[in-house]
Amino acid sequence: MAPRKPVTDWTTDWDHLDPRWREDPFPIWDELRRSCPIAHTERYQGAYLPTRYEDVRAIANDSTHFSSRRVIVREVRPEPIPSPPITSDPPYHKPYKQLLLPSFTAEAMTRLEPKARAICSELIDKFIADGHCDAAQQYTRHIPVKVIAHMLGVPETDSNLFIRWIHEILELGITDDAVLMQAVREMEGYFAGRIAERHDNPERRDRPKDDLIGQLLEARIDGKLLDDQHLNGMLRLLLIAGIDTTWSGIGAALWHLARTPADRDRLIAEPALMPTAIEEFLRAFSPVTMAREVVKDTEIGGCPIKAGNMVLLSFPAANRDPAVFPDADKVIIDRKQNRHSAFGLGIHRCVGSNLARLEMTVAVEEWLKRIPHFTLAGDVAWSEGTVRGPRQLPIKFSP
Amino acid sequence: MRIRVDPEKCQGHNRCKAVAPELFVLDRFGNASAAGDGHVPPGFEEKARLALANCPEMAVEIVED
Repeated sequence: MAPRKPVTDWTTDWDHLDPRWREDPFPIWDELRRSCPIAHTERYQGAYLPTRYEDVRAIANDSTHFSSRRVIVREVRPEPIPSPPITSDPPYHKPYKQLLLPSFTAEAMTRLEPKARAICSELIDKFIADGHCDAAQQYTRHIPVKVIAHMLGVPETDSNLFIRWIHEILELGITDDAVLMQAVREMEGYFAGRIAERHDNPERRDRPKDDLIGQLLEARIDGKLLDDQHLNGMLRLLLIAGIDTTWSGIGAALWHLARTPADRDRLIAEPALMPTAIEEFLRAFSPVTMAREVVKDTEIGGCPIKAGNMVLLSFPAANRDPAVFPDADKVIIDRKQNRHSAFGLGIHRCVGSNLARLEMTVAVEEWLKRIPHFTLAGDVAWSEGTVRGPRQLPIKFSP
Repeated sequence: MRIRVDPEKCQGHNRCKAVAPELFVLDRFGNASAAGDGHVPPGFEEKARLALANCPEMAVEIVED
């Protein structure tokens, strides 16, 4: 692949795949918020980048001008592949979302807590005697994938397959359509197989409500069962959305704690601060950037917005806006007022937000219980594109 | 003090319920509404204000009696 042309001017030529963005995007966003709060690029066939909270919020709440039919800013724009509800606009969005919401309420998540704790604890068992680990590869990456496999009703042993597909779709797929399409086809085949198993195996059919595949096989919209294309799209979405997002969130929290002994010690001494700390990690290191496609000319924050462009909907940049968050660039683990948008705003609020919060909380708590003192032991590598988090996180500690 | 949740704005972020569990109830989709008639019992005013300040959708409203 040809090397990317370096960005010369972030206001007219921004590129979220630029290595500077990948390493440390915060100064770029801070500067844009001051000088050009809605930047544009001719890359990606034209795309805007809002960095103010209010502008991100206005766009997220305006599905008339900003469609979710495409939710990733990519080099190419092939015909969208439906994965409802994330790729749906009103009025089609709501019935699909309502099928999923009851399985992801905070109350439903409390039933998963023992399972999540056991997963974390077993992972730590494998490296604690070594005195060092790559926390991204040996810990954080395995937690959400195992939990969502359990919820969907697919084997945890397929985890590496899921992680590869997600890398191909969310990272490589931005510039390589063939890789993305191949991964989507493999996922489609995978879930078609899991669905066929349920149809062929009466034992599984007897307990269809046990897991999400079973529930969605029985789910109806307007009295009709879902067709295979939509069902398969929803299952792919649940797998993609639930894995590297939370992997990134947990990783960023541990990265911060590895570099900030004062916060680590305070969280151990005052465990009641965990809820505000988790919200603050979500705000300061929001993993997920979404996108919209402009389908009708409009204006946002005084800036004309032209149909045909994409919008990189940077919730991470919005969450660093000092107009909404005092000391926005500081991590304040007891921040009491925190209306961050890490899980999005408007009708597309992340359906798995309660699951992500549970996994982050449990993962940090179980880690601190067993490994209270730890430091970075080398270079950290960050993912690129739609979801930002550490993919290599070398850490050392006293075994 | 009374609270109200605007059902058009609430998207089920669950932040109000997390910071002020006594003051809110959730439906089966996770969307919030005020518990009871929305009256905030004495001593819970600060929690009501926290719920308002943490709602990403600005859906929580407070009416001072």
